[in-house]
Amino acid sequence: MKGADIIVESLKKEKVECMFGYPGGVVIPIFHALHNAPFKFVLTRHEQGAVHAADGYARASGKTGVVIATSGPGATNCVTGIATAHMDSVPLVVFTGQVKREQIGNDAFQEVDITGITRPITKHNYLVQDIKDLARIIKEAFYIASTGRPGPVLIDVPVDISNGEHKFLYPETVNLRGYKPVYEGHPGQIKKACQLVAASKRPVIYAGGGVVISNATKELREFVKKTGIPVTTTLLGLGAFPETDPLALEMLGMHGTYYANHAVNESDLLIAVGARFDDRVTGKIAEFIPNAKVIHIDIDPASVSKNVPVDVPIVGDCKRVLADMTEIVTAPEIGEWHAEIGKLKRENPLTYDRNNGGRIKPQYVVEEIYRQTNGDAVICTEVGQNQMWAAQFYKYTQPRTFISSGGLGTMGYGFPAAIGAQLARPDKRVIDIAGDGSIQMNIQELIVAVQHRLPVIIAILNNGFLGMVRQWQQIFWEKRYSHTCIDFAPDFVKLAEAYGAAGFRVETYEEVIPALQQALAINDRPIVIDFRVSREENVYPMVPAGQSFKEIIMRELLA
Amino acid sequence: MALLNDDNLKQYVISVKVENRFGVLARVASLFSARGYNIDSLTVSATEQEDVSIMTIVVRGDDRVIEQVKKQLNKLIDVIKVSDHTDLPTVERELVMVKVNAPPNKRSEIYQLGEIFRADIADISPRTVTLGVKGDPEHIDNFIELLKPYGIKELMRTGRVSLVKE
Repeated sequence: MKGADIIVESLKKEKVECMFGYPGGVVIPIFHALHNAPFKFVLTRHEQGAVHAADGYARASGKTGVVIATSGPGATNCVTGIATAHMDSVPLVVFTGQVKREQIGNDAFQEVDITGITRPITKHNYLVQDIKDLARIIKEAFYIASTGRPGPVLIDVPVDISNGEHKFLYPETVNLRGYKPVYEGHPGQIKKACQLVAASKRPVIYAGGGVVISNATKELREFVKKTGIPVTTTLLGLGAFPETDPLALEMLGMHGTYYANHAVNESDLLIAVGARFDDRVTGKIAEFIPNAKVIHIDIDPASVSKNVPVDVPIVGDCKRVLADMTEIVTAPEIGEWHAEIGKLKRENPLTYDRNNGGRIKPQYVVEEIYRQTNGDAVICTEVGQNQMWAAQFYKYTQPRTFISSGGLGTMGYGFPAAIGAQLARPDKRVIDIAGDGSIQMNIQELIVAVQHRLPVIIAILNNGFLGMVRQWQQIFWEKRYSHTCIDFAPDFVKLAEAYGAAGFRVETYEEVIPALQQALAINDRPIVIDFRVSREENVYPMVPAGQSFKEIIMRELLA
Repeated sequence: MALLNDDNLKQYVISVKVENRFGVLARVASLFSARGYNIDSLTVSATEQEDVSIMTIVVRGDDRVIEQVKKQLNKLIDVIKVSDHTDLPTVERELVMVKVNAPPNKRSEIYQLGEIFRADIADISPRTVTLGVKGDPEHIDNFIELLKPYGIKELMRTGRVSLVKE
């Protein structure tokens, strides 16, 4: 069998249902074989779009995203997408073409050392040097990508390997002596953790993306049901715990709620589950959780005690560890704590100035998206203010319904990810909450959504600025809006129409609900809604970078 | 990244058992370089198993970051085992070759010195002698120190290999 056919047969063995990519010279043999493949192939219009789409597909479905791109520029165009997936622990298998083996290292046409380039941004990568290894490598790649702490794996395939001949034998098992993820938590540590829980007076659960990834939502809810401990989530943890629950503190961190940050800051026990104490969460490390003991549950030993000292580390799968803890834990007596948190929530809600009659507030658009979809959509975001408002003003209740580039903060991620998410979840409406800056970074993928009749709604919160940078310039940099004004912009409605999508412009409050209802009624093509929103609206609360929670800015400080 | 100052600098010896494959060295080395750590020495050794190599890495850093590097090393798929030999009872060896100035009136002194250190004479020229010595790092340091007055023309150390004592 040809190497290219071995690849396609291996993908069939892995039960791949959808693949994203873009052809080029050295992958023609693989595309030749893909022509008759029994799974869906989505031709994006840029390789970055392909990787983000596969990433969105993976996050929405829990399956591994699969990508193929050619050598050289095709491979380098994948880099941002791979780094995005790596930071957020998303399982991907990315195939890149490579020049033939004898040309490697000779600066051949479209040659680049992509295994070298992606070494620090993949969980693992391979350069196939012998066709007899090809099937084993693919088997290993899918295994590595999807187990332990998931991540992207790249396989670089020289064209003479694709064209070579070998018999196809897909291995049944993998044997990697250097890779043995630990799933079970240590029983002694679990017991110790439960003792801390039982003795705590002011405990908080800090749930991260790991809870979503390990499908531990149910286990988390059961643990909370038994212990009554309030829960805050990270950006990527949104949906891990229903934000409509009285024990939900919603998101913490730089733009988290006042009550989440306050509760964490005042806690005597912080239970971190599948989270990694990112600097956007902790702010100034030295002043973070001054009085708290820390339990840290994570599948990645390298995440434990990395930024914050941990009293009880538990390396294992959140799902199993939480289930084990729920079995033996006794509930702490925290009535006073509940009362305090209830008061905090009542007195410091997320809010904004509604200025009825003025320019539409972006927060209102997000709230209305929540209401019009009954909170049952899959929300993708770009990066910046749009992302934070989407996180704050839509209430997430289910896992895998908030899809966003957290760690890397990749502008241009949301829309291609929404395409992948919509393919993975045809039963749900996928909405990309975008900014006018971010959406222009991968707008070329609009034609893909049109081609596949995907009813993704792109809600552009158009303020004519690169809003988050402008906000920092306003607050910390003398209001010098250096190169952040982008009101020299395309007509997004005409742009949508040019691609064959629907396009609406919304300029007043009265138009918001009808536009959303009209968009939700369309189900055979993407819809772009250009919401002209208040230009200099800021995201609050805000803990300035590198500072402690005490420096939190709650609202506009106008002179 | 933690700033390096003399107070928290410590020398670590880390022994990394790896798959004997291309690309492994680059993966291991880049974990150190990505944090701005200069590796003092790195030795890749064949072992009793054909498909396994051991890298002995000597590096200076502070506790917290080295701890993190060890965890990151463990995460590499091609890394089978990471052992910190820093505070373990070990036997260590390295090899040095020194090309030293050797005028006729100093030559016998140098030979005598070599004998004390069980050096082998690798090469002789009209103006220089090249000596090879193996031993633990301290042995090598002492040898080099004593040769310095004669004028060292060239010197190369292999970096150490380290085995935990039974």
